[in-house]
Amino acid sequence: MTQGLRTSRRCSGDAGPTDSTELHREALPNNKALFGGYFHGVPPLKHMESQEEKPVIYTMENKPIVTCAGDQSLFTSLYTSLAQQLPREPMEWRRTYGRAPKMIHLEANFVQFKEELLPKEGNKALLTFPFLHIYWTDCCDTETYKSSVKEDMMRWQNTLRSHSSADWVIIVVETNDTKKKNKPNILPRSSIVDKIRSDFCNKQNDRCVVLSDPLKDSSRSLESWNSLLLKLRTLLLMSFTKNLGRFEDDMRTLREKRTQPGWSFCEYFMVQEELAFVFEMLQQFEDALVQYDELDALFTQYVLNFGAGDTANWLGSFCAPVRNWSGLLLRRPIDMEKRDSIQRGEASLLDLRSYLFSRQCTLLIFLQRPWEVTQRALELLHNCVQELRLLEVSVIDGALDCWVFLSCLEVLHRIEGCCDQAQLAANCSHTVGLWAYATDKLKSLGELCGLVSKNGPTSEDLNRTVDLLAGLGDERPETVNSLQSPYKKLKEALSSVEAFERHYLELSHAAMEMYQAIGRLRSARLVGKSLAEFYMRKGDPERAETFLQEALKSYVSEGWSLPVTHTRKQIAECQKLLGRTEDYLQTSALLAGDVNLSTEERKHFCQEILTFAGRSGNQSHKVTLSMNVFAQLTRLQFHPAAASVHSGAVLQVELTLRCLMPVSVRIQQLAASIHFDIDHGGTLKRSKGTLRNANQGTIEFKQGNSSAGPPSSAAAGPALEMDEIQDRSPSDNSLNSVGVVCKNTHLIIRRRENGSPPETSNCVSPPAVAMKEGGQMLKVQNVTLEPGNNSITFTAPSGQPGTYMLRQLCATMGEVQFVLSHIYPSVRYEVYSQEPQLTVEPLSEPLLAGMPQLVKFTLLTGHYTVKKGDALQLSNTETMPILPSSSCTARISSPEAELVGESVLSIQSSEKVTSISLPPTPPYHVLEFQLEVLCIIPSGSERPANERLTNGEVRHRPRSYSHPDTPMTAIDQRMSIDCPWSIYSTLLALTFYIPFKTKHSLLSAGNRKYIQVCVQNVSDMNFTLADMKLTEKQHSSLELQSFNTKTNQLLCSKHSVFCLWEVRWKDDLPSCLQCVFSANFSPLNQDSSAFKPFHYQFQLERVTTLYSVRAEILPPAGEQHCRSGLVCELEVCITRLTEPSEGEVAEDSKTDTDGLKTTKLMYEVADSSSNWAVCGKSSGMVLMPLRVNATHKVQIEVMPLFAGHLPFPKIKVLKYLPHNAAAAIQPDPDSCVENDSLSLLDKALDDQGDTASIRSRGSVHSVGSSDQQQRGVAMPRLEPFSPGQVFNNSHSQQVLVLPTADDHIMEVNAT
Amino acid sequence: MFHICLLMFSPQNYPLYIRSVPSQNELKFHYTVHTSLDVVEEKVSAVGKSLADQRELYLGLLYPTEDYKVYGYVTNSKVKFVIVVDSSNTSLRDNEIRSMFRKLHNSFTDVMCNPFYNPGDPIQSKAFNGIVSGMMVQTG
Repeated sequence: MTQGLRTSRRCSGDAGPTDSTELHREALPNNKALFGGYFHGVPPLKHMESQEEKPVIYTMENKPIVTCAGDQSLFTSLYTSLAQQLPREPMEWRRTYGRAPKMIHLEANFVQFKEELLPKEGNKALLTFPFLHIYWTDCCDTETYKSSVKEDMMRWQNTLRSHSSADWVIIVVETNDTKKKNKPNILPRSSIVDKIRSDFCNKQNDRCVVLSDPLKDSSRSLESWNSLLLKLRTLLLMSFTKNLGRFEDDMRTLREKRTQPGWSFCEYFMVQEELAFVFEMLQQFEDALVQYDELDALFTQYVLNFGAGDTANWLGSFCAPVRNWSGLLLRRPIDMEKRDSIQRGEASLLDLRSYLFSRQCTLLIFLQRPWEVTQRALELLHNCVQELRLLEVSVIDGALDCWVFLSCLEVLHRIEGCCDQAQLAANCSHTVGLWAYATDKLKSLGELCGLVSKNGPTSEDLNRTVDLLAGLGDERPETVNSLQSPYKKLKEALSSVEAFERHYLELSHAAMEMYQAIGRLRSARLVGKSLAEFYMRKGDPERAETFLQEALKSYVSEGWSLPVTHTRKQIAECQKLLGRTEDYLQTSALLAGDVNLSTEERKHFCQEILTFAGRSGNQSHKVTLSMNVFAQLTRLQFHPAAASVHSGAVLQVELTLRCLMPVSVRIQQLAASIHFDIDHGGTLKRSKGTLRNANQGTIEFKQGNSSAGPPSSAAAGPALEMDEIQDRSPSDNSLNSVGVVCKNTHLIIRRRENGSPPETSNCVSPPAVAMKEGGQMLKVQNVTLEPGNNSITFTAPSGQPGTYMLRQLCATMGEVQFVLSHIYPSVRYEVYSQEPQLTVEPLSEPLLAGMPQLVKFTLLTGHYTVKKGDALQLSNTETMPILPSSSCTARISSPEAELVGESVLSIQSSEKVTSISLPPTPPYHVLEFQLEVLCIIPSGSERPANERLTNGEVRHRPRSYSHPDTPMTAIDQRMSIDCPWSIYSTLLALTFYIPFKTKHSLLSAGNRKYIQVCVQNVSDMNFTLADMKLTEKQHSSLELQSFNTKTNQLLCSKHSVFCLWEVRWKDDLPSCLQCVFSANFSPLNQDSSAFKPFHYQFQLERVTTLYSVRAEILPPAGEQHCRSGLVCELEVCITRLTEPSEGEVAEDSKTDTDGLKTTKLMYEVADSSSNWAVCGKSSGMVLMPLRVNATHKVQIEVMPLFAGHLPFPKIKVLKYLPHNAAAAIQPDPDSCVENDSLSLLDKALDDQGDTASIRSRGSVHSVGSSDQQQRGVAMPRLEPFSPGQVFNNSHSQQVLVLPTADDHIMEVNAT
Repeated sequence: MFHICLLMFSPQNYPLYIRSVPSQNELKFHYTVHTSLDVVEEKVSAVGKSLADQRELYLGLLYPTEDYKVYGYVTNSKVKFVIVVDSSNTSLRDNEIRSMFRKLHNSFTDVMCNPFYNPGDPIQSKAFNGIVSGMMVQTG
C-alpha cells in the first residue's frame, strides 16, 4: 500500500490518479500504515546517509487530497498536466490571526471521489481531509446533461452538502472535437455552462470553470489552463484557510478545557500534532515546529505546576517508574511506537519527551538548523533529569545516566549524519556540550558499575550493570547493523573495565580537544581534572598529576581559592603516591597554611612535614622548600632605627614572621644570609641609607593574602617605589635639578601574560630555591614559631665598615629547610667607621673681637679612643690668646646624645703652645668643652713682618675685611691644633667682628690745629667707652689738650662718639704727626675689670697752615649793598703764613730774577650753587713769594643772581707745578683727583685763553690720560693742598644782596 | 531551600565577591562558575564585534548544566557578575534574574564610588553585603 503511494508519486507522469480506496481508512491507523513501514528495508548505516534523507521525500509524499468525480476518463487524460502544472506557480497564502502571509507551492493528491473519504462528524483527522472536490465533465449536449450528468452532479452535491463540505468546483472541458460532433444539436456551448451555473452555483459563478482544448497546444488552450490552475489554487487555499482555521479554533477550544477534570494531554497532543502534520505536509516546517514547541511548553508548564502542588490527573501516567531508558531515537521521522503509546496514554515522561524531541529534531533539520538541535538536546536532557526529579519518578540508579549518554550520542550521530566534517569542526561549540555531558555520564556510570576501581567490579556492581542493560531493551532495527551505534557503545563500555576505559578516554579526549579548539580552556581543564580523578582511581597518579597541575595553574592565576585548595589536595595525594617527597612537602606546606581547609586537615599536612623533618638524617641533602608557604616575613625592624651604626656597635634586627602553620613549630635554626659590600665612599656617605630607612628603620613587607587567597591588590602590580634625586653642581653645591625616580620599574613595567596577575607565592610547583652558602649569617637557634605573628630578634654583625644587605632567609627544621630566596624590598644596614673630627664653633654669633668670647670645641671621637694623657696642642697666636680659666669642664656624651660623663680639663699654657689634656673617651662619643678666647683688635695700619708658628708654618696674619652681611669688619682668625690621632695639624678658622669703626679728621683755625676722632659702634651691643686718650709718638714737645669732659661715655648700638683735642706746640709744628687713639671699652653695665683696651693709630701729614685766604665782596660803586643782577667785585686776598720749610723750597719753588723765592699758586672761583655768575676771568695764576705775610690780592667780577644772604662763591687754591719740577714730585697715588681738577681747570682756562702752554697740555691730556704718559712727558700739573694747609677765613661767610630796584617781574614762590 | 550563588569577577577573572547560600556544596559552584567564564568571555568578545549590542549588559543563560543554571552579566568596565541557581528553582525566570543583576550593578557602582575602595580588591562593603543578602532572601 505504501509502496503504491510512493510509486504513485514517482510515476505520477503515467500512472494516473491513485486508487482512492487506499485511503479509505480511519485517519490515524492509516497514518500508521503510511509511516509505519516507511523505512522498512533501509539499513541505518552511515554510508546510507543519502537514504536517511528520506524524511524529506516523505513529507512530499503527503499531499492535500483532492477528490475527482464525474467523468473519470476525462480526468485521467488531463491528470498528468494538471499534477505537473499545479505546483509550478507559487501562491500567496494569507493567514488568519495576523500571521505573516506566505508564498506556497501547492500540490495535490488527486483521488477518485468516494463518500467514505468525507470525514465523519467529530473526526479531527486533517491529513486525510479532502480539501477540494472536483467534478469533471465534458458534456456539451443538453440532452445528455439533462438526462444523466445533472443527476450525477446533484447526487455529488448532495453528498458534499450532507458532510457540509463547501469546497468544490465543477470543471467543464470543451474540445473542438466535441464541438464538431455536436454541431447538429445547435445548442450554444455556453448554454451547458450557464445551465450548470444556474443549477448549482447560485451566486457562486466561480465554482464552475471552463477548460478549453486542454490537449491542444494553442494560446487559447494555454490561457484556459492558466485560469483553471489559478482557480484551483485559489480554491485550495481558501479551503485550507477555512478548514485549518476551523480546526485551530476547535483545537483552541479543546485547550481551554484543560482545567476540566476529564481533559487529557495526550488527546490534545494528538490534535495539535495533526495540525503540525498538515503544516509539514504543506512544507511549512516553521509552523509545524511551532505546534510542537507549544506542546512542549504546555507540558513543561504542567510539570512545573505539579512541582508547585497543582496535580493534573492525566499526569499520573507520566509518573510511572521508568522501565526503559533506551535513549532518543532520531533516525525515524516519526517514532510510531512512542506515538502509539502517547495516544494510548501509556507513555512515560521519557517517551513523551523523546517523541517530541525527535519530531522537533526532524523539523529543525528540514529547516537546516542542526545546531539548534544540539542546543535543544542539551536543554532537553537537563530538563528531563530535572523533571523526573520533580515528579519524583522512581528510576534505578544509573538509568538516567544511560538514557542521557545514549541520547547525547544519538543526537551527535544524527547531526554528523547531516553535516560534513568541515561543518562539524567549525561548529564544535555547539556539539561540545553534548560530548562533555556524555563523558560525564559515562564516568558516573563507570563509577556506579565498579569499572573505575582498581580491583574491577564486584558482584553487586555486576548485578547493577545487568539491571541497567536490561532497561536498554533490544537494539533498534535501524542501528542493528551499525558498528558504532550508541547502544553498542554503551553495552560495550559497561561490559568490561578495559572497554570502559577505552570509551571513556576517547570521549574525554574528544571533549577536551573540542574545548581547546574553541578556546574554552577552563572547560577543557575541568574535563582534564575529571580525567585526573579517573586516573587516580585507576591508580595512575602520574598521568593524573599533569592534568591537575594544568587545572591548578588556571585556578591560581585567577585567584579561585576553593578550587585551588581542592585541586591542591588532589595533587598532594598524587605526589605522595608518586613518592615525590620534595613536591609533596611543598604542597603539604601550602595546604597546611590554607585557611579553606579545616584545622584537622591542616594539622594533618603540617604533621606530614614535621614527621619528615624529624626523620633521622640519612639523606645526603636537606629538602629545600619555599618559605612563603610556611611563614611570611611581614616586618623587619632595626634597632637603632637609623640602620646605620659605627663599626663594633650593636645593631639588632627584629623580624616579624607570620607563621601559617596551624600548630606551633619548633625550628632548629633561623638564619638570614647577608651580602657584604665594602663601602667605597669612605665613612660619612650615609645619605642613601638614611633615605631608605626614613620610616624609622621599619620595613613592611607586602604579601599576597594567605596561600590560596585572591591576588587582590597584587593585580595592580607591585607598589611604586620612589626615590628623590637631587642633582647638585659639584663646584658650589647649588641645586641643578630635582626629580623623582621609580626604582622598581623592572617589576612594574613587566609584560603581563594573559593579563593574569603576577602571583608567585602560589606557584604550582615550588620555585627553585637555593640557599646561598658562605658569607655572613644572622642566626638564631631553636625558635618556636607559634601560629600567627612571631617576633625574632637577631644581632647583626657590625665588624667591618660597609653595607650589609639581607638576602635570604632560611628556617631549618630537621631535614627540611624553608628558604625565602629573595627578601624584597631589599633590606640593608650600614656600618661605618668615622675619623675623629674636631670642630670649633662660636657659642654665640657673632664673635666680637676685642672681648673675651666663648667658643665650643666638639670632638667626635669616631673610631679613635681618647686615652689618658692625650692632649690637644693649640699654637698660640698673639692676636687671639686663649684666656686661662679655672674651671673648664668637658662633657662626654654617647652617640645617642646621652651624657656619659663630665670631667675638668687641665689647660697648660706655655709661651707658644696651649695644651689641653683630654679626658679618656670611648670611640664614637662626643667630647665637648668651651674655651674663652680673645681676638685682639688690630689697631690701624701697622703691618708687622710675617712670623713663623711653633710648628714652622707661616703664620697667617688675620686680615680684616668687610663682610657683606654685617656692617662690622670681620677678621678670620686661624687656629692650628695638633691632635693626638693625626700627624697633621688641624687648621680651624673663627671669624670675629670688630664692633667699632673709627675715623679721624684734622681741623684748623688759622694757625691753630685740632684733631677729632669719631668712634662708631656698628655692633648690636651697647658699650661703655672710658679713658679716651690721644697721644703723639714722636714729638714730646707737642701737647694735646683734650676737650673731652666725660671719662666714661655711653656708646649705644649704631651710635657714634666724637672726641676732640687741640694740638699745641712750642717751637715748630711738625709737619707729620703719628697719633694713637686709645680707649677702654666694656659691654654696658659691667664692672671695670671687664674693660678692654681699644687702639686706633693714624698719621697726619702736612699739618701746618701755609696760606690763609680771605675774600670780600664789594658792592658796586655808589651802592651800599650788592644788588642782584649788578656786577660786584670779589676781592680775594691770599696771605702766606709760615716760612717755607726746607722740603717746600726744594720741591716747587724757583728763584726769581730778583732773588726772591716764589711759588706758583692757582686760584679758582666757582659757585656750585648757581648763586653767582662769574663775569670774565674765574681763575688765574698767582706768583707767591715764599715769605711770611706775603700777600696777593685778586679782583674778580661776580654777579649775584638772587637777592638775599648769599654764601660767598667757593675759592680754591691749588699748587701749580711747572713741568720741569714734575719729575721731582712724589706722585700722588690718587691721580684721579688730579685729573678731575685738571679737567675742571681746562674748562676755566678756555675762557681765559692766555696761557698757551696750559692749553697745549690740556690737548695732550685729552689724547692720553694715563699716568705714565703724563709722567713721561713731564707736563705741568696742579696739586691740591692738604686739608690743613690752606685756611679759608671767609668760609661760609655770607653777603646781603638786595633785589634790583626796578624789578618789573615779581617772582612769587608759594610753598 | 534552593541554592543560589552570586559571584563577581574582575576583568582578569579573579573573584571580587562570592556569596553562596547555603554554603555547602560551594566547591561545586565554584567549579561550575569557573567553567562558565569561558562562555562569558566568548559572549563578551562576541558582543564587542557587533556594536549595536553593546548596550546589553545582560548575557543571559550562560551555561546550563544538569543541576544549575548560570546567568551572566558584564559591566561596561568588564566586571563580570554571575548568578547560579538550582535548575529546579523555577521561580527565577529570566526577568527576575535580569532585575537582580541590575540591582547588583547599582550597588556595585556605589561600592566603586567609595573613595576608600581600591578597584580590584575583594568587596567587603557592609552595605553591599546587606543588599545581596536581601536579594537572596527574597529569591531563595
